[in-house]
Amino acid sequence: MQLTADKVRSEFVFRVEEISGEKIHGCYQCGKCSAGCPMAEVMEYLPHRVLRLLQLGQESVALSSRTIWLCAACHTCASRCPRSVDLSRIMEALRTVLLREGKDFVNPTRLPPELLEAMPQQALVGGLRKYS
Amino acid sequence: MRYSYFPGCTLHTQAKNFGASALASARELGIELVELPDWQCCGAVYPLASDNHMALVSPYRTLSSAHSRGEDLVTMCSGCYNVLKRTNVRVAKDPDVQGKLSAFVETDYRGDARVLHLLEVLKTDLGFEALKERVTRPLTGLSVAPYYGCLLLRPPEDMQFDDAESPSIFEDFIRALGATPVDYPYRTECCGAYVSISEDERSGEPARAILRSAGRYGAHCIVTSCPLCQYNLDVKGQMPVLYFTQLLALALGCTEVLQDFSLHHVDPRPVLAGFANGV
Repeated sequence: MQLTADKVRSEFVFRVEEISGEKIHGCYQCGKCSAGCPMAEVMEYLPHRVLRLLQLGQESVALSSRTIWLCAACHTCASRCPRSVDLSRIMEALRTVLLREGKDFVNPTRLPPELLEAMPQQALVGGLRKYS
Repeated sequence: MRYSYFPGCTLHTQAKNFGASALASARELGIELVELPDWQCCGAVYPLASDNHMALVSPYRTLSSAHSRGEDLVTMCSGCYNVLKRTNVRVAKDPDVQGKLSAFVETDYRGDARVLHLLEVLKTDLGFEALKERVTRPLTGLSVAPYYGCLLLRPPEDMQFDDAESPSIFEDFIRALGATPVDYPYRTECCGAYVSISEDERSGEPARAILRSAGRYGAHCIVTSCPLCQYNLDVKGQMPVLYFTQLLALALGCTEVLQDFSLHHVDPRPVLAGFANGV
C-alpha cells in the first residue's frame, strides 16, 4: 500500500466526514467497536479496520468491502467508543456515497416473492432504505 | 390515561398479533390508545446521514399531529419508537433542521411532544405494582428471556429509555406478570436487523447466537417489542418468540386475542400451556 499526502487528505475522506458529521482521525484504533460488533464474526474487515482504511485514504478498498453492508446500524460501537466516534454514521456515509451514485446493494424488484411475503414490513422499508 | 397511538406499518400486517394483544391489554388496564387518524409510516430506520432531511418528514408529521391533539404519543414497535423519538430529539435540538421541516410540512412543531413506548406507560403511568395487582393469571414458573435488541436502547443519549448496557424494564415487567426473567448475556445484542433482506446467509449469525444464549440459560421463550427482531429470531425455529403484549394479554386473561398463532414460525402454545390457562 502506497501512501501519499493527497490520498490521506482526500476529497473522499472530507465527503465522508461531511455526510457522517464524524471525525475520521478521532479514532485511535483501540478496537472497542470491533469487540462489540454483532456482525464482526462474518465481516471481511473488522469495523475498526474500515476506519483505518479511511484514515489511510484507501477509498476503493473501503467502498468495495461487504463490511459496510453487513453493518446493521445497531449503534453498539458508537455507544461504547471511548473517543465518541460514531462508526454507525461513518458506515452509513460510505453506503450513502455508493447509493447516491446509483449503486444499489439490493434491487427491490429482484427480491424473491416468498421473502417479500414472509418479511415484516419494517424489514422491507428499513432494508430498502439502507440498500437502495 | 389517554394517548395518541402510532401503530406503524407492521402492526396492521405481519405483526397483527402484536397490535391486537397490545390494544386488548391496554383496554383491560384502562389505558386508552386512540389511533392517530393521519399517521404515516415512520420510515423504519432513522437516517444517519447528516444531510438526509427528507427521511425526517414523515415522523415529523406524526409528532406534530399528536402534539396538536395535546396527547402524548405511544407506540410499541421498537423501530417506530426509535425513529419517532430520535426525530423528536433532533427537532428540539437542531433549529436548522426544525426550520427546514417546519417550512416543508407547513406546521411549526418544535419537538415538544412526549414519545412513549408502551412499556414506559406500564412502568411510569400505570406502575408495575399496579399492573401486578391486575394480573388474574400469573405466569408462575415460566422462564422468559427478555430481548431488548438495539432500537429501544441505542443511541442512549437520544433514547433515554433505560441503562443501555444493563437495562431492567423488561425484567421488572416479566416479574409483574408472575413469570421469571432469564438473565443471559445476549439480551442487548443486535439480531442483525434489516441485513436479513440481503439474503446473505451470514446475516443470520447474530440471531443464532442470541437463541443459543437464551437456551443455555434455561429460557422457555423470548419476548421482544420489535417485529423485525421477532422475525429474525422466530424464523430460526429454535424456541417461541413472543411480543411482550402477548404475555401481558395472557396474564390479564384477554385470551380472545391469543387464539391465532399463525404468524409465528414456532407455535408457542405447547410451552405456554404448561404455565397458563386459555391457550
